[in-house]
Amino acid sequence: MSEQIVVPTMAEFMAQGKQPEVLFWVGCMGSFDDRAKKVTKAFVKLLHKSKVDFAVLGTEESCTGDPAKRAGNEFLFQMQAVTNIEVLNAYEIKKIVTACPHCFNTIKNEYPGLGGNYQVMHHTQFLKSLLDEGRLTVEGGQFKGKRITFHDPCYLGRGNDIYEAPRDLIRKLDAELVEMKSCKSRGLCCGAGGAQMFKEAEPGNKEINVKRTEEAIEVKPDIIAAGCPFCNTMMTDGVKSTNKESEIAVMDIAELIANAQDL
Amino acid sequence: MSYIPNILFAIALIVGIGFFANNVRKLIRNIKLGRDVDVSDHTSQRWKNMAMIALGQSKMVKRPVSGFLHIIVYVGFIIINIEVLEIIIDGLAGTHRIFSSIGPLYGVLIGVFEILAVLVFVSVIIFWIRRNIIKIKRFWANEMTSWPKNDANYILYIEMVLMALFLIMNATDLKFQAMENGNVISQFLTPLFSGLSEGTIHIIERSAWWLHILGILAFLNYLYFSKHLHILLAFPNTYFGKIAPKGQFKNNDVVTKEVKMMMDPNVDPFAAQPEGAGDETPAKFGASDVQDLSWVQLLNAYTCTECGRCTSECPANITGKKLSPRKIMMDTRDRLEEVGKNIDANNGVFKDDGKQLLDDYITREELWACTTCNACVEACPVSIDPMSIIVEMRNYLVMEQSAAPMELNNMMTNIENNGAPWPYNQMDRLNWKNE
Repeated sequence: MSEQIVVPTMAEFMAQGKQPEVLFWVGCMGSFDDRAKKVTKAFVKLLHKSKVDFAVLGTEESCTGDPAKRAGNEFLFQMQAVTNIEVLNAYEIKKIVTACPHCFNTIKNEYPGLGGNYQVMHHTQFLKSLLDEGRLTVEGGQFKGKRITFHDPCYLGRGNDIYEAPRDLIRKLDAELVEMKSCKSRGLCCGAGGAQMFKEAEPGNKEINVKRTEEAIEVKPDIIAAGCPFCNTMMTDGVKSTNKESEIAVMDIAELIANAQDL
Repeated sequence: MSYIPNILFAIALIVGIGFFANNVRKLIRNIKLGRDVDVSDHTSQRWKNMAMIALGQSKMVKRPVSGFLHIIVYVGFIIINIEVLEIIIDGLAGTHRIFSSIGPLYGVLIGVFEILAVLVFVSVIIFWIRRNIIKIKRFWANEMTSWPKNDANYILYIEMVLMALFLIMNATDLKFQAMENGNVISQFLTPLFSGLSEGTIHIIERSAWWLHILGILAFLNYLYFSKHLHILLAFPNTYFGKIAPKGQFKNNDVVTKEVKMMMDPNVDPFAAQPEGAGDETPAKFGASDVQDLSWVQLLNAYTCTECGRCTSECPANITGKKLSPRKIMMDTRDRLEEVGKNIDANNGVFKDDGKQLLDDYITREELWACTTCNACVEACPVSIDPMSIIVEMRNYLVMEQSAAPMELNNMMTNIENNGAPWPYNQMDRLNWKNE
């Protein structure tokens, strides 16, 4: 299936001598992971719907270095960071939005010390701001009255104290927002952070994502909402391993909003 | 002859405080074994953190039951210690309840002390029950055996004894009882001693008085060997705690210099080193022993009171992995103590003992189980950052030893070669728009 969507690149903007309102940092998951690509597309649709003048780096984008840094490879992290910063600064980027809390955290907090200063927003914050400015309308649609629980991504919540933007968006769907027993600053990790996504877990008695999924199942949600491509994968796997995939969907907030409007 | 008690008291005071000063000196020396780190920024925010988190116990009450009980013990402990001031003056000057001359207010003060003493006594018993009868899970983790387990109970026993002595001291002070001013609790204890002669009661009163002050001095010196050190160090520790967002990890300046040099087309790779540049010892990346950690991290280790809130929130620990953030802190302190003793035994110089924090205390399996989720940092009631130690030890493993797990090496090779953690071509990054 191929539905072409318009995704302008920075190079194209540059060629026309224009500057976009915001750079959408897609991230490695958003670019390559089949599940996360759907989130990327949903977000792009929302950007178009809201008439946001955006661009992506496309082939000029590279890993922020987050997993390398968390795994202990500071050298590789800084190589990635400095390379990315050179590209971003060459394009005179001022504002960045990303659907990945890991990219978000790294660019927002760790790039400034290396010469990269940008206004960085998580896509839930950005969507919330579009909503507040009246550029985006959120309606309940198929999600009206559904029980939705939000799984806080560590690098969005605890890492950067952002708890309300994603929740505000869920409430706008006229959905019933239900909280897990450990949420917000006490939210349990999905198990992917700190480069765990790329390796087998150490011996234990349970996988972290299964544990977290069980916590979600306790509140009997129709949907587990995610705000991070890694969490999304982990929770999806968790739901499958508990054989609940016919009852519970794992969806990114951007997908919820886009699907509610049948975009 | 009549000055003998005063002299004995002065000696006890000098010995007690002298030993304590020596302990503090050692503590500061050990903490200073850590790398220097600049914490002179954000002074007002730091004072605020200290006021809120240490003084105001804001994070303790996140768990209401233990938080509430802790506040009683904490407030009781501080306020009842005003009484120690009177005891010291009485002891040195040979007076008896010198503050009683201030009139009715004295009764109010002692009355408050007595009520607090009972509340502390009861709270401490509940703490003991939680630990030993209910056996709350976080108090029975793998690292909570032998000394850590006993230490926790000793502290509770000492507190019970000190509070009991305070009340007995008041109950058997017949002059004080006769004043009928402030003996709100102790008046009910006095009848217990009614069958005894006045002389015996006086001896009991004196004994309780002496044991109370000697107990406090002994407790003061117990701190250095105990997790109870947090009653002092919680204050500097919350002051020096992390200010940046929790998600932000420090960038290594030495690496920055090297990377910038590599990226700078104007740098001559064959240029001679500038004068004096070769004198610096080559920087070691990351931490394999306590001296590689910053002094704030070492202060963290001494501040840890082993409550286990971090471990009980750790996703790795919850799912049965070996990693326990509390153990990271306990290991760091144990190793630091070992290094300190080594320095003491070798006339002020550390002699290589063939051991280090990595492997001898903290295993690689523990380090690689961390998801860097910051739950431990968030949970700590006194701003300890166990995660930073884990990450710095990973830095050592990866950058000094190339000893990352194979899958992570693959991930890093991919990032290096094609800018993504998987073997996808960077030129395919925008393919999604056509799929």
